Amino acid sequence: MATNVYMEALSPTMEEGRVVKWLKRDGDAVKTGETLAEVETDKAVMDLVARAEGVLRQVAAAEGQTVAVGSVVAVIAAPGEAITAAAASAPKPTPAPVSGSGERGAVPSAATPADATRVKASPLARRIAKEAGVDLKLVTGTGPGGRVTKRDLEARAVVAQPAPQREVPLPAPRSPVVTRGGEPYQDVPLTQIRKTIAKRLATSLGPIPHFFLTTEVDMERASEARDALNKQLGDQGGKVSFNDIIIKATAHALTKHPACNAWFQEDHIRYWNEVHIGMAVAVEDGLITPVIRNAELKSLADIGREAKELADRARSRRLQPNEYTGATFSVSNLGMFDIDQFTAVINPPEAGIIAVGSIVQKPVVVDGQPAVRRRMRITMSCDHRVIDGATGAAFLRTLKQMLENPLAMLL
Amino acid sequence: MANSFDVIILGGGPAGYVAAVRSAQLGMSTALIEKDKLGGVCVNIGCIPTKALLHSAYIASLLREAKEFGVEAGAVKTDYGVAMQRSRKVSDQNSKGVEFLMKKNKVTVVKGAGVLQPGRKVKVGNDVYEAKKAVLIATGSRVKGLPQIGLEINKTTVISSDEALFLEQAPASMAIIGAGAVGMEFANIFHAFGTKVTLIEALPRILPLEDAEASDALAKSYKKRGIEVIAGAKVKKGTVGKDKVTLEVEANGATQKIEVATVLMAAGRAVNTENIGLAECGVQLTDRGFIKVDQNLQTTAPGYYGIGDVAGPPMLAHKGMREGVTVTEIIAGKKPHAIRYDNVPSVTYCHPEVASIGLTEDQCKERKLDYVAGRFPFSANGRARGTGETEGFVKILRDKKYGEILGAHIVGGQASEIIHELTVARENEYTVEEVELAIHAHPTMSEAVAQAALDSLGRVVDM
Repeated sequence: MATNVYMEALSPTMEEGRVVKWLKRDGDAVKTGETLAEVETDKAVMDLVARAEGVLRQVAAAEGQTVAVGSVVAVIAAPGEAITAAAASAPKPTPAPVSGSGERGAVPSAATPADATRVKASPLARRIAKEAGVDLKLVTGTGPGGRVTKRDLEARAVVAQPAPQREVPLPAPRSPVVTRGGEPYQDVPLTQIRKTIAKRLATSLGPIPHFFLTTEVDMERASEARDALNKQLGDQGGKVSFNDIIIKATAHALTKHPACNAWFQEDHIRYWNEVHIGMAVAVEDGLITPVIRNAELKSLADIGREAKELADRARSRRLQPNEYTGATFSVSNLGMFDIDQFTAVINPPEAGIIAVGSIVQKPVVVDGQPAVRRRMRITMSCDHRVIDGATGAAFLRTLKQMLENPLAMLL
Repeated sequence: MANSFDVIILGGGPAGYVAAVRSAQLGMSTALIEKDKLGGVCVNIGCIPTKALLHSAYIASLLREAKEFGVEAGAVKTDYGVAMQRSRKVSDQNSKGVEFLMKKNKVTVVKGAGVLQPGRKVKVGNDVYEAKKAVLIATGSRVKGLPQIGLEINKTTVISSDEALFLEQAPASMAIIGAGAVGMEFANIFHAFGTKVTLIEALPRILPLEDAEASDALAKSYKKRGIEVIAGAKVKKGTVGKDKVTLEVEANGATQKIEVATVLMAAGRAVNTENIGLAECGVQLTDRGFIKVDQNLQTTAPGYYGIGDVAGPPMLAHKGMREGVTVTEIIAGKKPHAIRYDNVPSVTYCHPEVASIGLTEDQCKERKLDYVAGRFPFSANGRARGTGETEGFVKILRDKKYGEILGAHIVGGQASEIIHELTVARENEYTVEEVELAIHAHPTMSEAVAQAALDSLGRVVDM
């Protein structure tokens, strides 16, 4: 009996996946658990594995094609088996692996095949969308009962429209100034990760009542401590960065201010006892926040190693979903870009994020005397539904004290 | 005010009466103004009586072939007058049916010629009727002659379908000018009633709007049964005598004289836009003389809408009926599904029938579409063999990439009925695969549709 190969929900938020590469070809023998294809999800490139043993047949999704979660992308059949349109005993795709610590209530569960086919669309529209890699769920249907028709896809310029019968010659668009050649602009379709960023962040700044608290931190002692630590680590490999120190200090401060280590869950607030710090990493074409779990319990060296490893894999898009979900609080650092100060957008359902600026030498007054010190501005974005002004300020003061006196972390 | 209605409709043809029913269904007080019989050209001097006459013609041709089927009917005698009387009864029944529908839906029918006035008013005789919401113009169209070449309709030797439908007997000979649906159908009717028929078409082929293969099949069928078909012909001059007409016809580089007892003009129709007060109300016409309407079928004068033949081609009853429904729903504030003018079936009820939807193969070529034509002849269809109706075919034009049904063309015994499977398919954007997947009863003429769909996919079974 043939088994359908579905596009599986390989991440909690994944609604569609792009087939990057088929590792098995039509007619190849496959074993259960073997990787069939690499699939780009909304966050990373993941493996789609075989759920049955047999011969891969009827590969329906081309490389580069985007298909909805739950769509059949191929069939695994017994050698020589005649295949009907869809195998009756087809298993449901396995649910997305749930991240280790706690499920995210706010994240919609992965789509099932029934969900994926629930979009109202004409057979022709389905076919066009499939060929063009368009997610029908994102298309507004104008047919009866909101049915997506060919015309709706034409409106999105997916279908090359035949030339109108009476063609009126249009004057060529002319630019008033001489350009440096090339097109005046370029339309780039949204990648999976960019779509997710757009969707997720739009649920942040809009609905969440943000407020911001900024403070300037003296980084003189932290710098000295970092230099000393790196000297001691020497050629053991792995260096401690300011970011690692900030993550560690933030985690520590959160243990003292659990009111800020929380998720807003619509009808309740979940205060976390563990601290998992999301660390914003810029990747080609977007950003992702891998999570340092139980950062409050880890040594600086461990945090440094883990942060570097996660960031590297984030850039090569090889993160597993449980490595970028489940943060309780986040840190975003643009110091390396010479940014003095900025505000970061909260990653819901988290209730806060720290935005870190660059460390600059500037004249300040220390003990009544002018002195040149290394200073850094940090700005905390708070979800006012969870964190009140004074609560946030108290946390920020603790964080500032820990950074200004790193030994306090030992207390 | 007694003469005030929500909607007033000028013209009780297919567009007008359907609009009246739908308007009433939507709870709007409705008046329908008609100067003649309800049902318009379609019911009284068009679609309906011709179908009755075509059936008489079909029975005659069946009886002539009956011997082959083991049925002896003796010498077949035809009487056009009797057939005509029957067709009149059918028309009257249908017209009465429309009257009943008006009563049932409480539509006020005003008898008389209406003239539009500004302010959404219509004057009928001395009475003025006022529309609170909208005035619908559904005045339809009429036959036209060709006075420029001496062929003005005189209703005796030069006639139109209006007169042909009331003849007491079939003329000995007849030239039919124009081989569109009307010309084709009358050629079929009169030939069956013993008239020597010459069919003349100005364009290079008969049924010029249909697929070229359909035209060829019909030309072949007509010639075989003894109807003279001259296409690509120019009627240079018509000399009208007392009981005969002489035509000078130029075709294939030669001029010939054709002498006939009667000329039937079947070359196009003129829309009824005169003397109904359009200009006074600010209702503008297009270059081709139709009433100019926007997407909502509203004319250039707010509150005045155009539907049916006056609102532009295709000049078909079923197109007007759909517009009648859609426009009243728009007026009632609903958001009806947009009319797909590219999905209006076209049917010619001659024998064999010709029915089509969508693009012709030539149009696919002109638009440089990447298509495959799937064909299936009725000669390979079991049911057609049984009834002896093996003429014709089903042809489906499939878009290569997406399987869209770009067009479908049927020539055959039941083409007018079979086409709707493909109309429904196109309306719902089914591809040829969905058509083929639907199980077709065996043996039926409709199986040819499934087989043509399969042929377009390169896997026809029965051929």
